[in-house]
Formats: sequence, structure tokens, C-alpha cells
Amino acid sequence: MADSDDSDIVDIEGLTITYRTVYGNLVSLNSVDFKVKRGESVSIVGESGSGKSTLGLAIVRLLAPNASYSSGRIMLDGHDVTKLSNRQVSLLRGTTAFMIFQDPLNTLNPVKRVDVQMLEAIRSRLKQEGQPFNEESAYKEAVDRLNDVRMPDADSIITRYPHQLSGGQIQRVVIAMGLLMRPKLMIADEPTSALDVTVQAQVLELLRDLQRNYQMSIIFITHDINVAHSISERMVVMYAGEVIEASPTESLVKNGLHPYSQALIASIPTISKSEGKLTAIAGSPPDMISPPNGCRFHPRCPHVMQVCTVQSPRTTVKDGSEVRCFLYG
Amino acid sequence: MVDVLVKTQKLKKYFRAGKSGLLDKILRQLPPLVKAVDDVNLEIGKGEVVALVGESGCGKTTFGRLLTTLETPTEGEIYFDGRQVTKSDQKAVRRKVQMVFQNPYESLDPRQSVKGIVTEPLSKMGISKVEKDAQFEKVMSAVGLDQNFGERRPRDLSGGQRQRVAVARSIVSNPEFIALDEPTSALDASVQSQVLNLLVGLREEYNFSYLVITHNIAVARYISDRVATMYAGQIVELGPTGEVLKDPKHPYTQALLKSVPSLDTKKIEPPHGEVPSLINLPSGCRFHTRCPFVMEKCKTEDPSMRRVGNVDVACWLF
Repeated sequence: MADSDDSDIVDIEGLTITYRTVYGNLVSLNSVDFKVKRGESVSIVGESGSGKSTLGLAIVRLLAPNASYSSGRIMLDGHDVTKLSNRQVSLLRGTTAFMIFQDPLNTLNPVKRVDVQMLEAIRSRLKQEGQPFNEESAYKEAVDRLNDVRMPDADSIITRYPHQLSGGQIQRVVIAMGLLMRPKLMIADEPTSALDVTVQAQVLELLRDLQRNYQMSIIFITHDINVAHSISERMVVMYAGEVIEASPTESLVKNGLHPYSQALIASIPTISKSEGKLTAIAGSPPDMISPPNGCRFHPRCPHVMQVCTVQSPRTTVKDGSEVRCFLYG
Repeated sequence: MVDVLVKTQKLKKYFRAGKSGLLDKILRQLPPLVKAVDDVNLEIGKGEVVALVGESGCGKTTFGRLLTTLETPTEGEIYFDGRQVTKSDQKAVRRKVQMVFQNPYESLDPRQSVKGIVTEPLSKMGISKVEKDAQFEKVMSAVGLDQNFGERRPRDLSGGQRQRVAVARSIVSNPEFIALDEPTSALDASVQSQVLNLLVGLREEYNFSYLVITHNIAVARYISDRVATMYAGQIVELGPTGEVLKDPKHPYTQALLKSVPSLDTKKIEPPHGEVPSLINLPSGCRFHTRCPFVMEKCKTEDPSMRRVGNVDVACWLF
């Protein structure tokens, strides 16, 4: 068995994913390498259309039907997701990798009470484990997990329908369901973007506690660098379907290597930053159906060189960071 | 003190939650009241930028819609340029106010050309076609878009370009006051900074007054002169942006600031609990159910605005 404790929970190599569209083939991910260690929390940041959600969905094989795995492999807990049958993948979903989506309101079934949905999750886990289902103990477990996510009045909340709960409460119910499945990896795709800052802070705090207490790995997909900074140990920056930098969070925020990472960090307003113009990144993200030649960032890059326009840079390792830019060789 | 452009006095807007059915009519029952804006006094000076921050459902958008006469107040007065706004002169005021909405993917008419969208506010103003074209050229260059965008449709534009079109439309009629409802929250970080820079530049050039409604405190910090914190339909703290964000007085503003993730610190300390329902408001101070400094007095008596230094704050601690 490959799932010994020292192997990475996620190990992606050379992954290329193509969407067939009426305008032509869109290469959403281009030869992406990505690793997550056990118990590690990694965030993926990038603009819309950079391929960060596609990467998250690809790991649990929930891509839209017009997507195809063109090349590369995705090892999830020792299994190559691209080679498994649908049934085998469905066994990995939930218990090995659990995904939380951006809009919590669409995640729960609106016509079923919270307790019914939570018991369903327990039933499917026990089925996979080959254990018998006992409604009474399952119900108690569900309430316990709601208490774990610090839901006030768990006893009464569990008997309600989703529309009777607030956005923050629903997102906590979804995370509690995730815990019922006891996943080794939680993939959270913009889980806090639909929430208020105060609720977002509650959810972030909760995820950090869970990572610590359950040794769960977290992949946190977000466009908000501030949020990524507060939740993750390592940050992966994506641009136009490519990973352009992967660094420890602190060093990326303080001394980002890639010109795009630097520009992205300079462009966000912060509370402590005083007045003066924000440094905006000129231009807009490229058209993914016909991306620019060479380095995909070169039309917007302030340090563009001759070589950038013709050749695609390789990944180089510098001071514990992986960066894809000709400035670093 | 600069001249006051917009002023509200004891402004209130109550909505009825839901329609009353036949049975309610027979029993003469009315659906419960939602107190979206409850007793708000605010002054915005000429050329001043005030940011309104708060959680969803605190009434900030309703307040913006009241100031741009998209809603009629239940009680209280709005003054524009020293004159009270009444129902009969709403039309005249509307020529001088504009609003930019949150989501440029939904706020622009998909079937109109960019030129049609941008020049629509001029159509009721009796302006000749030549003048219209000149004004269109002027605002398009002001927001940094090319003239030839005029014939395109919103679907051909990116998010940042769409929000620029929405801003161009809002300034085309030379308004004095613009309410911006979450102008950048639907945009990517790199595009957000472009739009923020644009808004700051336009204000310097044309001396607009803005009310910027946002839940992003960093955006408020960057763009505004004064910031107002809103909680459950009321303004609880109001003061110069730098001062309020550096040394927040009201426990709610403090809690809000501690919730914001930033690059400076990993620590975030959110307040407990949820925003109260605007139908069943807590008695006394509306924040007392979540306040870490709650006292007996807070549970029964509603604090009024008090001046502490340069900042107005509604809290019994002061």
C-alpha cells in the first residue's frame, strides 16, 4: 500500500486539463506540478480563470463533462485518480478528500432537514467502513460534530431546514458534515467569499483548529491573499493555468519572487498601508484559448526580457521557493 | 468645515416583511416591520468621501438607496445642497446623484451597446446629439476606456472594463454625489486596484462626493476621508478614517477590525454570535448580545451619539 504516513497526500505531476468549448480547446491547466504533505495547509491563489478551481475539482474528479485529462497524473493518498473507475473515485470522495464549495446555500439539499442530511453522511461512511448503522449513536455523533464547529444551540439547529440558517451557520454545517466523513484532506474552494468578514474570521479560525486537532490537510483555494496568508503554511500562485510560484507563506508575502506575485501583493489595499496610489497590474489576464507565447505573464510583466517572449520558463528552486521565471535562471 | 452636500436627519426606512395575505387582511394584521435604517444622522461634505462599513443585513445598501432617492424614507429628512428632498422634487435631485452597483455582470443591460448604457442618463436632459457624443468621449477617456468600446455589448467586456463602464455611466450627467455600493467586491485583486485608483483620480479631478458602501475595511481605508460603522440599522461610530481605524472606540468597530485577515498578522479574533434580526431587535444597545464589555445599562437603554475627540460614538463606555 502506498498510503504510508510519509508519502504526500496529494502529488500531482505534469497535469494538463483541457476544456472543449465552442470557441476551441481551452487549456485550463498546463503541465501543473503540485504537492500537499500530510497535515499541511496549502492555499492556491490566483485571479478568476487562472485554473485554481479546476485544480481543486480535478483532484476529486468532479470536473465538468467537457473537460478531459490530457496528460499527467494525480496521486491522491496513493491512488491515481485519473485511472480509477467512477465507483472507486466515489469511495475516495468524502472519506479521503472532502470538498467545500463557495456558495454554502447550494451545497445542502433545501427540502431536507439538517439532521437527515447529516445522518446520510454518517450512513455512507459506515457503509464504506462496513459497519452497521445505529440511528441513536449517529444522531449523537452529528450533534457532537456541530458542537465541534462551535455551532451555538446545536440541538435546535440540527432540526431546521437550510433556509432557516444564516450563511455562516450553513457553512459550519457543511464543515461538520466534512468532519463526519473524517477526511484526510479538505479541499475548500473559496469557502468564505460569500460570507461577511466576521463570519469569515470564525470559519478560518475553525479550519485552523481542525487542521491542528485532526491532522487534516487543507487545500484552500482563494483569490484573497489576506485570507490565504492567515490560513496556510504554503502558498501556490497560479497564473493563466500554470503554477508560477510555490513558497512558504511568510516568504511569499514578504519577498515574493515572481513579478506577478510581487505585483499581486502590492496591489491589495491594507489597513496599515497609508495613502498613495495602489500599484495596479497593467493589462488584463490573457485569453486562455490562445494564450501568449513564452511566459504567459510577459505582456504584463515589468521585467520582461527578450527570452520571455519566445520560451516558457522552467521551475527553479531558490531559498525553499519554487519559481517559474527567467529572472531566476 | 467644507459645505455640506448631503445631510440626513433621523432618517428611517422600515419595510414590511412579506405581503399580507387574505387572512391577515381579515384579521387586520400586518406583516412584521424590518427596520433596515433606523434613525441615522449623517452629513457628507462637498468633495468628501465617506465610507460605510458593516456586515450584510445591517442596512448599508438601503441607506445608499435612500440617499440616491431610489427609496423613499419612512420617516426623517434628507437635505441635498441645503434643500429638503421631498417627493415632488425627487426628479430634480436625481439629476445630481448617481449610484454604482456591486456586480457589473448584472447591473448593465446586456442588450444595449456600451454607448447606449453610458449615455442613457442624458436622455431626459434635453441635450443635443453632438453634446451627447462629446460627453461620451469625455467620460470614456476619463475612465480609461477606448472610444471604440462604444459599439460593444457588456458580454464582450471583462469585469474591470464593465465596472469602468458603470462608473462612466454614473459620471456622464455631471452629478455632485455618487453612492458606490461595493464597487470592487466582484472584481479580482489586480483589477480592484485599477478601479480604486480610477475612483480616487476622478474625485480629485471633478470634486465628486462619494458614499462608498463596503464590507472591505481595507478599501474604506484606502478611499475615504471619514468612515461610518453601521450595525443593525444604526451608525455606531463615525470619524476620520485614519483615527477610527487606528484607534476604534466602539466595541463593534474593534471586533470588525480584528476579523479582517491581513498580511501584517496571522491573528484574527472574530466576535461571537450572529447579526441580530432586524425584525426582533435586542433591547437597549443593539450590540449588547455580542459585546465583550456589556454592562447592565446596555441591556435596557439605547446609547446616543457622543463626541469623543474627533470621533462620534454610540456606546455607554463613553
